[in-house]
Amino acid sequence: MEIAFFIITALLTIGAAVAMVLSHNAVHSALWLVLNFFGVAVLYLLLNAPFLAMVQITVYAGAIMVLFLFVIMLLGSEQGQEEVNGLPWQTPVALVMGLLLVVMAGYALFFPGTPVPTTQTPNEIGAPDILARKLFSTYLLPFEITSVLLLVALIGAVVLTMKSREGDRV
Amino acid sequence: MRSIVTAMPLEAILTVAAALFCIGLFGALSRRNIIGILMGVELMLNAVNINLIAFWRYLEPTNTSGLIFAIIAITVAAAEAAVGLAMVIAVYRTRLTINADEVDTLRG
Repeated sequence: MEIAFFIITALLTIGAAVAMVLSHNAVHSALWLVLNFFGVAVLYLLLNAPFLAMVQITVYAGAIMVLFLFVIMLLGSEQGQEEVNGLPWQTPVALVMGLLLVVMAGYALFFPGTPVPTTQTPNEIGAPDILARKLFSTYLLPFEITSVLLLVALIGAVVLTMKSREGDRV
Repeated sequence: MRSIVTAMPLEAILTVAAALFCIGLFGALSRRNIIGILMGVELMLNAVNINLIAFWRYLEPTNTSGLIFAIIAITVAAAEAAVGLAMVIAVYRTRLTINADEVDTLRG
């Protein structure tokens, strides 16, 4: 049961990612990415991390993808400028680099140095209440630093998109 | 209750994550559209998160560090997307293009 579920989810996730990379229309690309994020959320559920799955859906599929679609439609760049191929060698080089990484990862996976020991204790650690308790006690400092990071990103985004008074075209 | 730990080896999940990372890398390297590049980067960050969760679940299920790290990585990804897209808008305003090849003012 778990095996079938995992294989279906994995195929869906990878298929959506491939479709996202190959589709030339930026809006289609973004929608494939949403499907991919949902697949990843299901993977998190399979791995007993329900809170992470919900965060994945709200933050990635919700907030980030809405931002992406908003910018794509704001700039009217659905078709992109993919036809203007300024660097013709770039695509084959990218393909070679990606395949090289696949080969390296495959080598590391199928010729392991030492077998990975797996512990099988039943756990409720992924439950939101335990996670929250940890987040607000042991990991309070990283949590606060993250909030500062978000504040910096917020201010940065506002400053970058602010209209300057004099037209300062480069 | 049976769980995925007994049903699937850790390597299967790592393979999925590695495949997603490679696809994201290819997307980030092959795209001309800056938004496409950012989407590839998001895919790669996602793959890393899957790795973190898988290692937590299989090796250290009693230790929450993996989960906390994944949550912080998601936050960083959100900040990265916000600032990246703000930069896309700023570039579009001054250059009227979002093609990464045409933004070459710093080229020597």
